[in-house]
Amino acid sequence: MTEHFTDGNPIMATKISPLPAKALQTEARFIETEPYYEAAGNEIALFEAAYASQLPVLLKGPTGCGKTRFIEHMAWRLKRPLITVSCHDDLTAADLVGRYLITGNETVWVDGPLAHAVRSGAICYLDEVVEARRDTTVVIHPLADDRRMLPMEKHGELLQAPPEFLLAMSYNPGYQSVLKELKHSTRQRFVAIEFQYPASALEEKIIRTETGADSATAAALVRLAQMTRNLKGSGLDEGASTRLLVHAAKLIARGITPAAACHGAIAEALSDDPEMLQAIDEFASSVF
Amino acid sequence: MTALPLTARLLREKLDYLLGPVLSSRRTAATLAEQMATLDRSQQDLVLHWVEVIAHSNYEMAYQFVAAAPVALKKLDTGAAEAWIIRAMDVYDREGLHRGSEVFRTIDAHPPSAADHAAATFEENAQVLALFACGLSGRRLQLDVSDEPHTDTETLYLPPRTAVFDNAAANFNLYKVLITLLWAQGRFGTFHVDVVAACANYADPQRAAALLSHFENLRLESRIGSTLPGIARDLARLRGNHDDPRLITLQSPDAVVQDSLALLADHYDTFELPVLPYRIALRPEAAATRAARMQRERSELAEALAQMLPEQPDDRKPEAAAADRIDIRAGLSAATGNMDIEVRIDGTSVSPPAAITQLIESIAQDAGEIPDDYLQAIDQRSNHQSGDETGPADGGDISPDEKGVSHLYDEWDYKRRHYRRDWCVLRELDVTAANDDFVAETLARYRPQVAQLKRTFEMLRDEDRLLKRQATGDDIDFDALVAGYADLESGMELPDRLLIRRHKAERDLAALFMVDMSGSTKGWINDAEREALVMLCEALEVLGDRYAIYGFSGLTRQRCEIFRIKRFDEPYSEDVKQRIAGITPQDYTRMGAAIRHLTKLLNNVDARTRLLISLSDGKPDDYSDHYRGEYGIEDTRQALIEAHRTGIKPFCITIDHEARDYLPHLYGPVNWTLVDNVERLPLKVADIYRRLTA
Repeated sequence: MTEHFTDGNPIMATKISPLPAKALQTEARFIETEPYYEAAGNEIALFEAAYASQLPVLLKGPTGCGKTRFIEHMAWRLKRPLITVSCHDDLTAADLVGRYLITGNETVWVDGPLAHAVRSGAICYLDEVVEARRDTTVVIHPLADDRRMLPMEKHGELLQAPPEFLLAMSYNPGYQSVLKELKHSTRQRFVAIEFQYPASALEEKIIRTETGADSATAAALVRLAQMTRNLKGSGLDEGASTRLLVHAAKLIARGITPAAACHGAIAEALSDDPEMLQAIDEFASSVF
Repeated sequence: MTALPLTARLLREKLDYLLGPVLSSRRTAATLAEQMATLDRSQQDLVLHWVEVIAHSNYEMAYQFVAAAPVALKKLDTGAAEAWIIRAMDVYDREGLHRGSEVFRTIDAHPPSAADHAAATFEENAQVLALFACGLSGRRLQLDVSDEPHTDTETLYLPPRTAVFDNAAANFNLYKVLITLLWAQGRFGTFHVDVVAACANYADPQRAAALLSHFENLRLESRIGSTLPGIARDLARLRGNHDDPRLITLQSPDAVVQDSLALLADHYDTFELPVLPYRIALRPEAAATRAARMQRERSELAEALAQMLPEQPDDRKPEAAAADRIDIRAGLSAATGNMDIEVRIDGTSVSPPAAITQLIESIAQDAGEIPDDYLQAIDQRSNHQSGDETGPADGGDISPDEKGVSHLYDEWDYKRRHYRRDWCVLRELDVTAANDDFVAETLARYRPQVAQLKRTFEMLRDEDRLLKRQATGDDIDFDALVAGYADLESGMELPDRLLIRRHKAERDLAALFMVDMSGSTKGWINDAEREALVMLCEALEVLGDRYAIYGFSGLTRQRCEIFRIKRFDEPYSEDVKQRIAGITPQDYTRMGAAIRHLTKLLNNVDARTRLLISLSDGKPDDYSDHYRGEYGIEDTRQALIEAHRTGIKPFCITIDHEARDYLPHLYGPVNWTLVDNVERLPLKVADIYRRLTA
């Protein structure tokens, strides 16, 4: 071992040079190139009509079936900036609206992402909204009905949303938790668009387009996904999503064997239970 | 150095002791002992160990085992011998002494092969195999064991073990292949005709059935190949990749069971069956099950569709029959292997609820499509209803009282290191409410303590409050700012903790109390338990935690009982109080089944922390089946491990002074506590809960 290190310190030898990571605007972001999206039904027309009528939109569906991709696609289509807020269980109304910060001798008001979106007429997308604190409904409700107003109590301001502004949220009805249910007073303010895993032919096409996989691989992955979806409620909370299939196809395209790719990208992503992992591996060896 | 074999005399003494109840003056252990004396010592020890284990279940089984063991052990290695014993005991559990001892007697019928050490058993792989079967599309299928693989179209019967190949993976794979073939029989229409009846017309129905089964396997292999090529490859390899030109028609994706029957007619006399590592039987049960299911699902579908059908507008002519308004198309898509289902009502396409889709899929699987007369059943149904309103409801043959309340639970047999399947029958019952003043009296007696308890619990109650001087937060903490500003003026740095944050109460826990209602609690222990529950409820009401109380008792595995005292969704009402007062000692303490059932209930509650707290007065115990002692402790331990695995935290409060000897083994070193003075139990339980959750 030691003679390996005689000619100089190997750690110092590899100097880390910074890669030019693209700095993205953290808040409003214009989507410049068309995000790939394959419509499964009339969701694009429905969304456009809701936007034109200034109605907020609720995207329902299991994880990884294309909700976020859809909203990016629509933001690109409508040429509006998109502000995405990933909701978590500590997200409060103040995190959305804004707060005072202290710099030097004075207090400065800083808009939160929702206020920023209202001011700039952007699309504000609250991802997994049920995760957020209950008090967020205070600001969501007046903005989501025909008032279209954002009360900023602490700042003493009441923002009227311009016609370009749109509030969109996503919600996964698959969680079997009573706490993770959307209240009726909230959900009944929204135009709801339901997302499902795409039909097999469409899902194959999505995998092929996203990854360049051949049609046999894509078809096998879709069948594997269907087998895992049959297990929903019998050991799995969710079956494999389209996103996981895309991951697996990308690994296969890099020369990983289908069995290893499906194990890493699908089985381990779905479960920690050794028996479930084995069952999913058996599915993979059956479809390939 | 190996120990010397035991002598026949010594063995006879041991066997006399172990098998006493089934020996007599005419049936002695003498011959058994002589045969056993020929084994080496480690084999003798193995036999003696298992004799003892088996005798716990049944002495006659143990006797049969000893009789068969010397011959068997000359052929089997230790692993294979244990598999053989386990299998016999499984058969005994399921089918009784006669069939069980048959397994011991017919050891020659299952000649051990070189592959025995690599055998895969159903028992070991049951979980993975069940998940695998569940992943296959179509009707939900159960798995069970049988010596001959076959299916009745609802359950797939698999051999208890596979030992064809000399590596375990290949033996496991054989299970996978068998499941897929049996699934495909139902999926791709093997039972669309009564295959057993069709074979009965031949001179040798058994040969005909074997040929037909082989032809069907080939047909199904090519159907499977389009969606599960991995399995089809395995199948082809198992039969030696040899394609018989006579059977080429079976490879067409349109081939149906009639094609196999036609080939059977052509080649019945001449075809030579290849020797394969598996053989799938065609059993008459399949036709019967299918017929019963078709009849049942026909009326279920009619019922479900009738409810989906919107009311007809009045101006429409009333004769518009339901059958004309609904159109269902269902069929297997050859390309994807999925069932394509389309339902149209009054010409527009609708998406029916998942339950109806499953029903349609199941019917289409049996009949190949949705037969027209199924839709006519809707109208017949409505006529029937209007004509005879008091007539029996559909499916009245199931008696809900029997089915609704009894649950089956496995039980862990530590000596066999296996579960006894569906061993305990558990019923949920209500405690008979007592109409007395027990609760009021208890509260009066402990009035000062109750007040004290409530104050303590109020302090524990997590409330929303403002946290000051925080680095992050929603608002400015002006007190901190003023102080900080003074610091700044005097030349120091402005502190960064200048914000206020709102702390939200997040005491997200659910507790289930399981109370020992065994006969041993009779008297003052029972009183103390009831008083403890009263105090506990008072305290928990202050705290606002979700909680439920269930009692448990049992008398043999056939009668495990759970008594509802307070469910999670029930408020602490007068009824609950009367039920607490009505807790009376019952029978014994078969804890395993009770824990398994309550685990299930507790897992239905959504909470970050789920506690299962048992109040007990002693070891698990039951009247028979040797539950007393180590067996009961090990079963209880296993049940607790299962509960823990699902995220539940078990805890035990006991008054048994010997608890130190066994509770650490059951609950771990810290998850139990001993209240050594029963009189103090009422005061202690709430306090323990407070410390546990603070």
